[in-house]
Amino acid sequence: MASSSDTAGQQHPLGIYYQIWILLFVVSAASYAVDYFDVQGAMRWTLVIVFMLVKAGFIIAIFMHAFWERLALVLTILGPPGVLLILIAFMAVEGDYTTEARFDYMGHDRDAVALTPAEVHGTGGEHGEEEAH
Amino acid sequence: MSEAAATSMAPSDGVTGLVDDWAADKQTYHVPWGKAMMWIFLVSDTFIFTCFLTGYLNVRMTTTQPWPPQSEIFALSFGGAPIPLILIAIMTFVLITSSGTMALAVNYGYRRDKFRTIVFICATAFFGATFVGMQAYEWSKLILEEGVRPWGNPFGAPQFGSVFFMVTGFHGLHVSAGVIYLLWVARRIWAGYYDKKGFEIVEIAGLYWHFVDLVWVFIFAFFYLL
Repeated sequence: MASSSDTAGQQHPLGIYYQIWILLFVVSAASYAVDYFDVQGAMRWTLVIVFMLVKAGFIIAIFMHAFWERLALVLTILGPPGVLLILIAFMAVEGDYTTEARFDYMGHDRDAVALTPAEVHGTGGEHGEEEAH
Repeated sequence: MSEAAATSMAPSDGVTGLVDDWAADKQTYHVPWGKAMMWIFLVSDTFIFTCFLTGYLNVRMTTTQPWPPQSEIFALSFGGAPIPLILIAIMTFVLITSSGTMALAVNYGYRRDKFRTIVFICATAFFGATFVGMQAYEWSKLILEEGVRPWGNPFGAPQFGSVFFMVTGFHGLHVSAGVIYLLWVARRIWAGYYDKKGFEIVEIAGLYWHFVDLVWVFIFAFFYLL
């Protein structure tokens, strides 16, 4: 199967790739369904992030073979990015402070609502007044 | 499974193996050097994309203007009523398909089935190019029809445009580079360059490709869905 030069290769049965492939399709369809059926609030966040982590986990573990790699390599891959969670936490705390300060002390409108494409373009959703921007 | 594939220099697994690998005063990673370097490149790329997404988190939290409704902005109509986010969903499926064909190419590479390897690499490159093409359509629709700019848009927070062009642009650049890389690898396989060297190159190119798919998983969730 392998010559002496490529004995370190990752060789696995094809079946597992097909299974993960199908799984990724199903989970992607599920996360699209969250948007399609307009799930909102905490449920939306939970579902989207769980589906995201499931997909990311299987891509790294199976498609990128991290599951079969030695621990020294796996920790090199996953350890440093783990530190980024601290950056994310810090920026979230800082962002929360900034936005509250803007609402509380700088008079920004807490209840502003975004426009939809239909509202921007007129009722039919047809384009027409984008020149204004 | 085929753990025997690890080199004879790497006897034990798990934490003992970890200590051995680091403490043995010799090569730490028992993989081809090209693969180790690709992994290290991907770790650094993870930092770049995470910094982009963290910047996105920060501007999205701190902007007091409402965030534009992604679901409706990225809707597409096939004759009837617009279907929300359908273009992005199709792009996601195209990229997952390409990841699957890439996994098959890696597998056939190690089986030394050159013909199937090249076919599946080219299929992967084709799906990658399709993805970039759809992204070009998405960009031109957003710029020309919706009037979204990096500094503003008609819907709400101007940061929407900055984040969109920055993050999807950088990701699209990775996909485009990946397509070129894959075609280059396929050509070298065709020319017999790896017949003696071995086919780790397919796995190394595959790592890059799966990483691009992986980044899209996060962009899809954080930028388009949340």
